[in-house]
Amino acid sequence: MSRVTYSIKESFSQMWRNKGMYFTTIAAMTAMMLILGLFFVAFVNVNMFTQEIEKDYNVIQVYMGEKNDDVANQEVQQQLQAITGVDSLEFVSKDQALQNLKERWGDNAYLLDNLKTNPLPDSFMVYVNDKDSASTVANQASSITGVDDVVFYQDTIDKLAKVTHFIEVGSMVCMIFLVVVSIIIVANTIKLTVFNKAKEIGIMKYLGATDSFVRAPFVLSGMFIGLFSALISTGLIYFIYTKIIEVLGTDIAKIVSVSLVPAMDLVGFILATFAGLGVGIGIIGSFISIARFLRK
Amino acid sequence: MIEFDNVTKNYGGNTGLNNATVHIHRGDFVFLVGPSGAGKTTFIRLILKELEPDSGTITVAGKDITHLKRREIPHLRQKIGMVFQDFRLLEKKTVYENVAFAMEVVHKSKKEIAERVPYVLNLVDIADKADRYPHELSAGEQQRVGIARAIANQPRVLICDEPTGNLDPVTAMDIMKLLEQINIRGTTIVMVTHAKDIVDRMGKRVVAIENGRIVRDEEGAYGFIQEDEVKNFSHGNLSSYDEGLSFDYLEEVEKYV
Repeated sequence: MSRVTYSIKESFSQMWRNKGMYFTTIAAMTAMMLILGLFFVAFVNVNMFTQEIEKDYNVIQVYMGEKNDDVANQEVQQQLQAITGVDSLEFVSKDQALQNLKERWGDNAYLLDNLKTNPLPDSFMVYVNDKDSASTVANQASSITGVDDVVFYQDTIDKLAKVTHFIEVGSMVCMIFLVVVSIIIVANTIKLTVFNKAKEIGIMKYLGATDSFVRAPFVLSGMFIGLFSALISTGLIYFIYTKIIEVLGTDIAKIVSVSLVPAMDLVGFILATFAGLGVGIGIIGSFISIARFLRK
Repeated sequence: MIEFDNVTKNYGGNTGLNNATVHIHRGDFVFLVGPSGAGKTTFIRLILKELEPDSGTITVAGKDITHLKRREIPHLRQKIGMVFQDFRLLEKKTVYENVAFAMEVVHKSKKEIAERVPYVLNLVDIADKADRYPHELSAGEQQRVGIARAIANQPRVLICDEPTGNLDPVTAMDIMKLLEQINIRGTTIVMVTHAKDIVDRMGKRVVAIENGRIVRDEEGAYGFIQEDEVKNFSHGNLSSYDEGLSFDYLEEVEKYV
């Protein structure tokens, strides 16, 4: 029998003999990977959302007061153009604004048909030369008479950056926790298996078996724990995430005009990362538990 | 085959072996005798490289193992067969599997295993019980399996640690005959024992250890606790052992009184 088949056979037989314990270990590791994975999915989506918005970062929307007529609008336009840093202006009439909204709502646009009066104001889309001057331009624009409100994305982006940062920190904490706890769990599980086979290991060493040969089945068991956990948790994340997209995805698209990242785009990366992480944890855990035993 | 030159090994103040020099030649059959705690086990553990000597040199099968690297130890042990007092068979494996296991762990091919295992089982006269499990065998039969496993990989040396310790006298003599046969076929044998009758009957070379020192190395009898010496001892006159007597030694004496 070749070394490899012997080790694989041994590893599966020892997992089978202690299946309850191995099942629990895989379940614990799967749960932690699941949490980590969901953090990751949230992070990717918020991040993408932020990037989408940053594209519009150089646009400032200046809303007119409700009673502004064309003359007043023209005055505002002249004053806006006079602000340093303004590149160009685009006038959006209230009718145009309603039309734009209808387009965005698509099938649900009929809801807007019942409106007796158009609640949307006239507005200017002010394009600035560079993103850094956006806030000064916005400040000056809001002080012009006839301007009701100024909206630009700085605030939103700042808030999103905070959310992204929170998720990042959360993922890191989760990840460190996952790695440390998993290593301990795997090491303990393997250690119990090692104890069960203490006599056999002792005999193997007297017979001249190399350390790596003695170690191999245990390391393989550790790797399998990691691999199974990665497969199960990735499957669960895929399932949960596709459900979320089904329920929320299209609605979110209507509200914020950004869709969720497709599940398939993430699954490959999650599986690869978790498999690597799981196998690494398995190897480290099993090495720890058998190292002291081999030194005897 | 096994050469100890001025080997000393201490365990935090306790002497394991003190300036021991023993040369065991190829094809020798050597009994290692002495009271419990005298240094016999230390001697064996040094051969197996379970321990590192404090000083002196140890050579096994022509190779200086005094400062053997850790990763070279398996190779050394493949040249040495071990037979234990408690047999140490794997309960969940059959007789055949126990012997085959010895060859599997050193990566012998399926073909080699299929040829060699029946041969050694036949040699130790247990072939008819190849499919039995250890608990279905008598102690003597289990020890035969233990010997079969020890010689499966054709070691140069067989180290037997009280192989007859758990056996009745008749079975013990059968095992001794088997070991003698193996020795005649060219395998060097080092046997640790307390069984005075066996040593006396076999008439082989005897190395006696006491308090970590080699106190005797000659052909013949056990020599340690002869009855007349016990008598002398009880009269407070044990001329041949005027060095300090250990407590273990007293225990040993009592066994034979």
